[in-house]
Amino acid sequence: MNRILVVAAALTASTSFHLQAATAITGSGATFPAPLYQRWASDFKKVNADVTVNYQSIGSGAGVTQFIQGITDFGASDVAMKDEEILQAKHNVMMIPATAGSIVFAYNVPGVQSGLKLTRAAFIGILVGDIKSWNDPEIAKANPGVNLPNTPVTVVTRSDGSGTTAVFTGHCAEVSSEFTSKVGSGKSVTWPVGVAGKGNEGVTALIKSTPGAIGYVEYGFASNSKLSMAALENKAHNFITPSVEAAATTLASVKLPANLRAFILDPKGANDYPIVTFTWLLVKKQYADAAKAAAVKAFVTYGLTKGQATAPQLGYVTLPPEVVTKAQAALETVK
Amino acid sequence: MGGKSITTEPKGSLTREYRPRPDLFRAACWLASTLTVALLVFILGEILYKAWPAIHQFGFGFLSGIQWSPNRGVFGVLPVLIGTAASSLLALLFALPLGLSIAIFLSENFLPQPIRQLIRFVVEMLAAIPSVVYGLWGIFVVVPLVQQYGAVIAEKFGFIAIFSGPAYGNSLLTASLVLALMVLPTITAISRNSLVAVPPTLREGSYALGATRWETILGVILPTAAPGIVASTILAFGRAMGETMAVAMLIGNSQRLSWSLLAPSNTLSALLANQFAEAEGIQVSALMYAAVVLVIMSLCVNVTGEAVLRRTQRSVVGLK
Repeated sequence: MNRILVVAAALTASTSFHLQAATAITGSGATFPAPLYQRWASDFKKVNADVTVNYQSIGSGAGVTQFIQGITDFGASDVAMKDEEILQAKHNVMMIPATAGSIVFAYNVPGVQSGLKLTRAAFIGILVGDIKSWNDPEIAKANPGVNLPNTPVTVVTRSDGSGTTAVFTGHCAEVSSEFTSKVGSGKSVTWPVGVAGKGNEGVTALIKSTPGAIGYVEYGFASNSKLSMAALENKAHNFITPSVEAAATTLASVKLPANLRAFILDPKGANDYPIVTFTWLLVKKQYADAAKAAAVKAFVTYGLTKGQATAPQLGYVTLPPEVVTKAQAALETVK
Repeated sequence: MGGKSITTEPKGSLTREYRPRPDLFRAACWLASTLTVALLVFILGEILYKAWPAIHQFGFGFLSGIQWSPNRGVFGVLPVLIGTAASSLLALLFALPLGLSIAIFLSENFLPQPIRQLIRFVVEMLAAIPSVVYGLWGIFVVVPLVQQYGAVIAEKFGFIAIFSGPAYGNSLLTASLVLALMVLPTITAISRNSLVAVPPTLREGSYALGATRWETILGVILPTAAPGIVASTILAFGRAMGETMAVAMLIGNSQRLSWSLLAPSNTLSALLANQFAEAEGIQVSALMYAAVVLVIMSLCVNVTGEAVLRRTQRSVVGLK
């Protein structure tokens, strides 16, 4: 399947190359920021008619693999590359944060509006299967006045490996040792309860069709599908409703190290939404083809500057200015 | 195959002198068939090669392990194997009575021939519907039904392990119901063929001895056609086992052991479809190992089905 996609991408790329005698660059990876990258690619084409950018959303893991194998010119991943992957790419890789997003706990409980408050105990209790019904006292005590039904809780998770799962379980494992021992963190984990759907869209569909369902999806998907989202308790014990602004607050307090790799497991700020992640574009430090290097640089620069304005429209978070400055400085060194 | 059986009469001026030329048609056929066989061998080899690290590391424990946790490097497919077998068998349980009834109905003269032909055509058209469409239909029609009635069943009969709650819409039962519909054409078509192939002399003999139509069907026609019906069932089983898309959309994709039909489950093919794209390292090998298991299971089932079918055809021909 992936191979077919790559061949298709290569074919498209080569045709447009011959037709226009222009540069075509191909990238693949994360599904989570794919709508944004594809929008960037089409907007970028309008201002740079001679560069065609192709982005295939095939998943972070596959994107990293293809990038390491040199099949693509750039990659994209929700999870920062591991040290051994950087080694496989012979250190010829640079991670540029391109946008950020939050992951929300969305639900479908008859008669309950968006913004149900979930304490950490309730949140973890639901995921490990200790909380079986919506009128559980642990949920009720944080939500006085909300009429909680006696509906069974159906947890909805991802059936495929995903960066979204990695970020979500990373946060859960950070806040609960019970979760760490029972589930653990990673792109693909075994959940003790619930049903699973493929992709953000699969999870969204399951939540919508199951009364009593709750599951984790990327914010953009949840808001586009008008799902009710839970306000989660953060480290400062405040309940934060997910929004682009709340995620931006979290990001503002993150200090990026020199390699631009940061994991936000449990942000400390009083108004920080707890589950926020950067998502990265992977570019080579050194390209064999100067035209490609210039095209990749131009595209990523476009994304970091003009492209940031498009992000909130699609449910993503605009990067803080200092992150953009750092990312641009890093991008300058690409040859 | 039997190329020598056809001889043409030379006709006067039209005949040309025979010149031996390389038989391009035969060469092309040889090439095509060799390529097909080589492709199968290549695919098997490739899967085995990729699976080897996992086979080496997990051995047979892979088949009996009850946990599949890629994040911990623990891979066991027992729940998935059980899910595969259970969903397929359950599908047969629903599809066999229905499919066989349709086959009997279509092979008897209850209705005029054109109408029977039409019904047969419609049933066989079920096989032409793409898997993903069955999946979507399942999501919009079967899932809400199972959810609604499943909850009632779980409440009333929850004390029986296979109906214990909580009831999920995406469950083993949902997947089996849709699978039953998907394998129905296989069962109907092959069973009908073997019923039609029963020599009319047997039927006439049975009537002559004073048997009614139903006695004839149950006592003579069905037993004679039984091997064909068995073959149709085995082939349907093979199809149900390998079915991917619809199952992945409906079964709930959970690798947990559960007795309940109303609980989510998983099958080998759905597991592969779900996890392959994002797999890395040993997980890729483990998935390939699962693919090897699936291929072996499917091959065994299909070979058995074909063998039974061939034997049947021979024995029925012998009766004439």
